[in-house]
Amino acid sequence: MSDANGTNGADPEQDPGASNLPGQRGEGEEIRVQRGMFGANNGGDTSGYGGLVRSVRLPGATNRPYGGWFDEVADELEGALEEQGLLPDNAIEKTIVDRGELTFHIEREHLLRVARTLRDDPALRFELCTGVSAVHYLHDKGRELHAVYHLRSITHNRLIRLEVSAPDSDPHIPSLVPVYPTNDWHERETYDFFGIVFDGHPALTRIMMPDDWQGHPQRKDYPLGGIAVEYKGAQIPAPDQRRSYS
Amino acid sequence: MSTSQASPRETTEGTVYTVTGGDWDEVVQSAAKADDERIIVNMGPQHPSTHGVLRLILEIDGETVTEARCGIGYLHTGIEKNLEYRTWTQGTTFVTRMDYLTSFFNETAYCLAVEKLLGVEDQITERAKIIRVLLMELNRMSSHLVCIATGGMELGATTIMIYGFRDREMILDIYELITGLRMNHAYIRPGGLAQDLPPGAVDQIREFVKKMKKNLPEYDKLATGNPIFKARMQDVGYLDLAGCMALGATGPILRSTGLPHDLRKSQPYCDYETYDFDIPTADTCDSYGRFLIRLEEMRQSLRIVEQCLDRLQPGPVMVADKKIAWPAQLALGPDGLGNSLDHIKQIMGTSMEALIHHFKLVTEGFRVPPGQAYAAVESPKGELGVHAVSDGGTRPYRVHFRDPSFTNLQAMAAMCEGGQVADVIVAVASIDPVMGGVDR
Repeated sequence: MSDANGTNGADPEQDPGASNLPGQRGEGEEIRVQRGMFGANNGGDTSGYGGLVRSVRLPGATNRPYGGWFDEVADELEGALEEQGLLPDNAIEKTIVDRGELTFHIEREHLLRVARTLRDDPALRFELCTGVSAVHYLHDKGRELHAVYHLRSITHNRLIRLEVSAPDSDPHIPSLVPVYPTNDWHERETYDFFGIVFDGHPALTRIMMPDDWQGHPQRKDYPLGGIAVEYKGAQIPAPDQRRSYS
Repeated sequence: MSTSQASPRETTEGTVYTVTGGDWDEVVQSAAKADDERIIVNMGPQHPSTHGVLRLILEIDGETVTEARCGIGYLHTGIEKNLEYRTWTQGTTFVTRMDYLTSFFNETAYCLAVEKLLGVEDQITERAKIIRVLLMELNRMSSHLVCIATGGMELGATTIMIYGFRDREMILDIYELITGLRMNHAYIRPGGLAQDLPPGAVDQIREFVKKMKKNLPEYDKLATGNPIFKARMQDVGYLDLAGCMALGATGPILRSTGLPHDLRKSQPYCDYETYDFDIPTADTCDSYGRFLIRLEEMRQSLRIVEQCLDRLQPGPVMVADKKIAWPAQLALGPDGLGNSLDHIKQIMGTSMEALIHHFKLVTEGFRVPPGQAYAAVESPKGELGVHAVSDGGTRPYRVHFRDPSFTNLQAMAAMCEGGQVADVIVAVASIDPVMGGVDR
């Protein structure tokens, strides 16, 4: 760690986002600052890699034009929301185009309205929801839990993604079951694994884990578990105790 | 209930408690006192006709099902969580075990998502794509065969079960020849395939196509026109288009309503748009229609398999990018399958850099740029979607599988309520749920 506060160039301890650092990976939104390597946090660092500071960045908001049919969908959605007296800027937090996929980040209080509009507006007509997935960004303070919906329009042959975030301290997101009944089990699964409470769900109970299970297993602060095993005389640590490079 | 339900007993292993159930007399008496015939029946999780460990909770009034619910989770193995602790390449070993009847679809969907994250979709070689399609279509047949075979067996049609498993066996033999395993292959890898087709594989597949063309009409002769089969299947497990859309049902269930929605046509992947095949539909919205669709899809799969075989040209099966491609090819040595001897000679004898590269890629894995991607394939059961998130590391940050069995199984209540108990079996069989995929 001795070189981490070196004098040449930017100081990663002070400014991990500085663009002239080797760990910097382009544009985007920082969700975490990764320090060190190999997952080793205690003990002597003889490799020098312990001083590595790298900011983890997800693709950030995109400016128009989004390209292809993305603009059309965005225009239609904004227009339809405006007709309902809802300012698009209030409902749509940001729009991301990455890897040929269109993502709308939606404010959670407007999720139900946006989903209903996406389903019912003839120009949008996203009639099929493929369920909800969630991601737990443990270090993204205030927006740890993300619920991710993929909506498919068979009419127009399109696919978009909705993303909604909620803080760990208030893990509430409105349920989409009134609009897409298929999300019943999906939301139960997401509640089971992440602890996101989907308000308005008809029966939000655990679905995979036993009813009396403690904790929500796919959260990042929930350990994987497992035990060390002996193989050919060597102790192989449990999977979550092994060296990691992430 | 009885007072001493758990009596302790000392053994050499410590105290053992013998737990006995409740007092059945009381249960029977209270049931006899009730004035209606409404009872709640637990079907499963160990019932043979529930496709593994599916638990059906049925409220029945006489022979009529008034309410039906599913209990799932008995086969939950935490695959999605486990993926977060392995490299991206090791992930295929896990995902292949989700819906164990559609291994190649799980692997392909996962690899398509990883390749999308990596941005190497355009670099996947022609041969790798053709072999992926070839294996997926063989897999579609083997999955449909199990569905038809077990579905038939649940009706008491054991011959169709024997036929189905007989034909599936031929496909499993092909898998074994190509991947070394009958199930759980981990053969399709991010960037391409684990290795090329072995010698003799093409001949064996051609032989299979010939046999299968002879065998497929047997299902028609046995079942399609069979009055008992039709009487059991027709108008059972009804779910119309509006129901499918609301409940997110895809695959044969959706196509049995007459909507020819198939991702192979609407959102082609692996060059499906260049193959010549039809999407069969039915307009009956019932189990019989789904059976006919599966049968016809097998014929279409045979067509695609033949086209794949005609297209196969020698070439690489992995991307050229050495930062992603697995460094070694497998070869059969005296002690079994392992890294090829040439590769071992090179890394151990001549090139230190090659050894370092091999070590780094195998132990550490490749890094995937941060972001998220969704890739979907048309599995035999419907839309199999993979939502993969990377934080720039060598391991997935999050992988979620949208398994069609999971989603379609929700339609069970809509299909069964109001029907007969015996029709529940038929309806569930027509959904074709595989609990490995449902519970993951």
